[in-house]
Amino acid sequence: MMTPSDGPLLVVDDLHTVFHTPRGEVRAVDGVSFQVAAGETLGLVGESGSGKSVLGRTVMGLIATGPATTVSGQVLLDGRDVHALKPGQRRQLWGPEIGMVFQDPMTSLNPVKRVGTHLTETLRRHLHCSRKEATERAVDLLNQVGIPEPVRRLTQYPHELSGGMRQRVVIATALACDPRLLIADEPTTALDVTVQKQILDLLASLVSERTMAMILISHDLGAVAGRTDRVQVMYAGRTVEAGPTRTVFDSPDHPYTDALLASIPQLSDQPHTVLRTIEGNPPDMTRPPRGCRFGPRCGRADDTCTDLMPALVAVPDGPARQVACHHPLLSIESLEPNAPLTEAGHGR
Amino acid sequence: MAGSGTAHLRPGQPRALAVDDLVVEFPVRRGTVHAVSGLNLDLLPGETLGILGESGCGKSSAGRAIMQLPPPTGGSVRLGEVELTGMKAQPMRKARSRMQLVLQDPVSALNPRRKVKDLVVEGLEIWGWGDRDRATFVDSLLSSVGLDPEAVRDRRPHELSGGQCQRVCIARSIALEPDVLICDEPVSSLDVSVQAQILNLLEKARERLGLSMVFIAHDVAVVKNISDRVMVMYLGKTCEVLPSADLENAALHPYTRLLLASVPSEADADREAEPTTAVEMPSPLDPPSGCRFRTRCVLATDRCAAEEPLLREMNPGQFVACHHV
Amino acid sequence: MLAPEPVRRRDGRTSLALAGAAILVAGLGLAGWAFTTDVVVTFVRMVLLAAGILLAITGLGRLFRGLLGRKVDVVFWLGMAWLVLVLGAALCAPLLPLGNHDDSVAGLTEPIFARPDLGSSHPFGTNNYGLDVLSRAVYGARTSILVALLAVLIGTVVGGLVGMVSGFVRGTTDRVVGILSNALLAVPPLILLIALGSVLEPSVRSIAFALSLLTIPSMVRLARANTITVAEREFVLAARALGAGRVRLLRREVLPNVVLPVLSLAVVMISVLVVAEASLSFLGIGIEQPEPTWGNMIAEGQSGVMEKHPFIVVVPGVCLFLTVFSFNLLGEKAQKRWDPRSAKL
Repeated sequence: MMTPSDGPLLVVDDLHTVFHTPRGEVRAVDGVSFQVAAGETLGLVGESGSGKSVLGRTVMGLIATGPATTVSGQVLLDGRDVHALKPGQRRQLWGPEIGMVFQDPMTSLNPVKRVGTHLTETLRRHLHCSRKEATERAVDLLNQVGIPEPVRRLTQYPHELSGGMRQRVVIATALACDPRLLIADEPTTALDVTVQKQILDLLASLVSERTMAMILISHDLGAVAGRTDRVQVMYAGRTVEAGPTRTVFDSPDHPYTDALLASIPQLSDQPHTVLRTIEGNPPDMTRPPRGCRFGPRCGRADDTCTDLMPALVAVPDGPARQVACHHPLLSIESLEPNAPLTEAGHGR
Repeated sequence: MAGSGTAHLRPGQPRALAVDDLVVEFPVRRGTVHAVSGLNLDLLPGETLGILGESGCGKSSAGRAIMQLPPPTGGSVRLGEVELTGMKAQPMRKARSRMQLVLQDPVSALNPRRKVKDLVVEGLEIWGWGDRDRATFVDSLLSSVGLDPEAVRDRRPHELSGGQCQRVCIARSIALEPDVLICDEPVSSLDVSVQAQILNLLEKARERLGLSMVFIAHDVAVVKNISDRVMVMYLGKTCEVLPSADLENAALHPYTRLLLASVPSEADADREAEPTTAVEMPSPLDPPSGCRFRTRCVLATDRCAAEEPLLREMNPGQFVACHHV
Repeated sequence: MLAPEPVRRRDGRTSLALAGAAILVAGLGLAGWAFTTDVVVTFVRMVLLAAGILLAITGLGRLFRGLLGRKVDVVFWLGMAWLVLVLGAALCAPLLPLGNHDDSVAGLTEPIFARPDLGSSHPFGTNNYGLDVLSRAVYGARTSILVALLAVLIGTVVGGLVGMVSGFVRGTTDRVVGILSNALLAVPPLILLIALGSVLEPSVRSIAFALSLLTIPSMVRLARANTITVAEREFVLAARALGAGRVRLLRREVLPNVVLPVLSLAVVMISVLVVAEASLSFLGIGIEQPEPTWGNMIAEGQSGVMEKHPFIVVVPGVCLFLTVFSFNLLGEKAQKRWDPRSAKL
């Protein structure tokens, strides 16, 4: 899937997104950095409230800054700072540079516009094609995303299509102007089980075909596990762990990643297997813990974790592995028997 | 089938719940939605039956029809020895209280204007307290579902997390010590780590109270984890019934195999991503003749269109409705 | 995400408050001068008065924003202050040191059409019977608001209950209620009121009853629509599954979720009915003289009186305007908070 290229396409450096609410500051994204190269897929995983969606929107430049919201840090797309652009210039990015696919295909499509109109409008605005060219390209795009009878679909309205078909239309619209980066925010969450995998496969094949970069944001660890090159695990606005997907999922270094993976029921397990759980709740983001954000729920936490926020550092556990933990579950150590997290019961 | 059949029923044994030929149809402007067409199932005491299917397969309609909310278009539902269908409203309410429902979205399943301590004992408010002391009962009930009574007693639903709300819903359902608990996608709106907590809690409650459970969900691994027996539904019909331990390896019906193959996993990385063509789901307004899955089935032949397959026992405890396995 | 609210910076707040105070004083000065002067013609005076009031409100807004560090809805709070004043005065009218409001025999000893003079015993002047206009305005508030409140109370209880039951039961009941409330809406309100006015005694009770007929159809509609939405929510299904009967579902699950939007409409209705009552009294089919209401006080300005003695109409007119305006502000706020759907309409 990965194609080497010169330098990363997208560089995100120490990004902060802060909402000023009446209840206090919410640091929804709190110092996140990553890079994505062309042809590469990065997975952003986390539970609700982890900041993964806000991070995605900030990277796209969709978060309007103002008195209520501040964004700091850099988002460099091909060396250009997305947040330094004027709103008009930023709009020029959406389509030819960045394509977006959101969770709910019904809300991403205008219910009173035909499928064809969605596609041709984008094509004509950004690529200045003639009406005829635009229609031809639209048919071609629908073919590429696996929609049968594309010519007939052009005249249909979104509500006449099934959920999976609609998401394919959204993907076709996002790809219309050949973007170099595709950001997919929970693209399969609203879809049926048998359709989810088709959409993931479609996205993966499009990425490799076009050497695009993709950011796949999802709470579904299974989806991210199979179709991303690298993964970044988020918790309470911060990155807790990053690395090549396979090694992160096979031997997680951060206790949170480990516990999260263990709490998913596995098909290979026998029925009635007691699942490992993470006790407690994610922190109130207006008053996050002083030290490690996961500390209060972590079985390995000690005084250092309460006092000191761990930084994301490289660990010798494998190539390109990074973890933000004072007591990571490094493979040598994880062979020892006394490395478990809180088991079901009272963890605090 | 997607077909019908009664081969999987166990009429000789004592059953907590027996559903025969359940039919649910809704009139809509353009015709009739065939949500459930002839569903048969039974539940032994202490057993958990998982109903697995995608949206539109009729699994939720079936769950609600079993609860008589609203009563089904046809068929019979027997709770223990009591026949619920056709009962008058008042005695039915009473008889039905031995069966309880847990819904998908725990936040909207709780009245936003009431406090937790009133919500959890709503059933007892309706059916009487017996000799229980209210305050101690509320606290013990909340503790039994892993909530701290001090912290949540006086809160309203919007002040709680989704997982906490689902715990309140479960507490409310088990407060009446029912025989049967029907869970309609109880974990699908929850985060992964919370989902595990709720699954463990349901398992614990089932053991403690000797509950029989119908667990409706779309997630294959979740259903396998909690069930003894799994029933796979497609477009209002049953495809396959099998022991959940066999689900991953022994499932035979092409639709069950499709569901299993659709679970995204790490193994996908070893496989080249192939773009597939979108399939169109048949409309429940006008379901296909014969086997309802035939329009998406790789094994389909003319026979599948002409003749509806019945559930046959393929292996002990495994029943499949397909002409070609 | 969380709804973010702007946070103002602290610097510059003092200067904001000072500027606000200056604008406020200037505005008040302008309004006061326009009100008392006779250097310019009436029309220009009115324009200057309005400009002065607007200026004062702007100044007040700046002043509060400077002092409190956040935006204050000055118009709303002025409206609320007016409501408190009027309701308080109406409630305590018999206890207040007010002049004669309805005894026209005793009024014979007083000057008629005395000009308003804040220093005299008749600060807002007297009418053609020598009755005190201030006292009549206060007692008028008593009647006007009492009638409106009573009518809204009847309309809310009856309309709310009927709407809730018909929305919950549906079927034939719902259809019959629908036809009846549509029929009531189809009769022009003024004609309905005049017809009722000619049949009923012109007492507070019967006027309130007649006016409540105006509110019932819209109350039924609102309660019904809200009930239908609430009844489809999952917590009602959950309560049914627990075995709750119809009465319990209505009382415990539906009512608490329907009552707030209905109440917010009721507040808006008060202002509508204050106007309706004034119109009836103005037409002479409402409460009769000498018992004052704002409507029949305005009616005293007919046949040339207003031209000579504008205060006869201005005092009750301003009272009516400010009260209706304030109730509307309150109703709007309540709808925004409790019934966001209809507030958007």
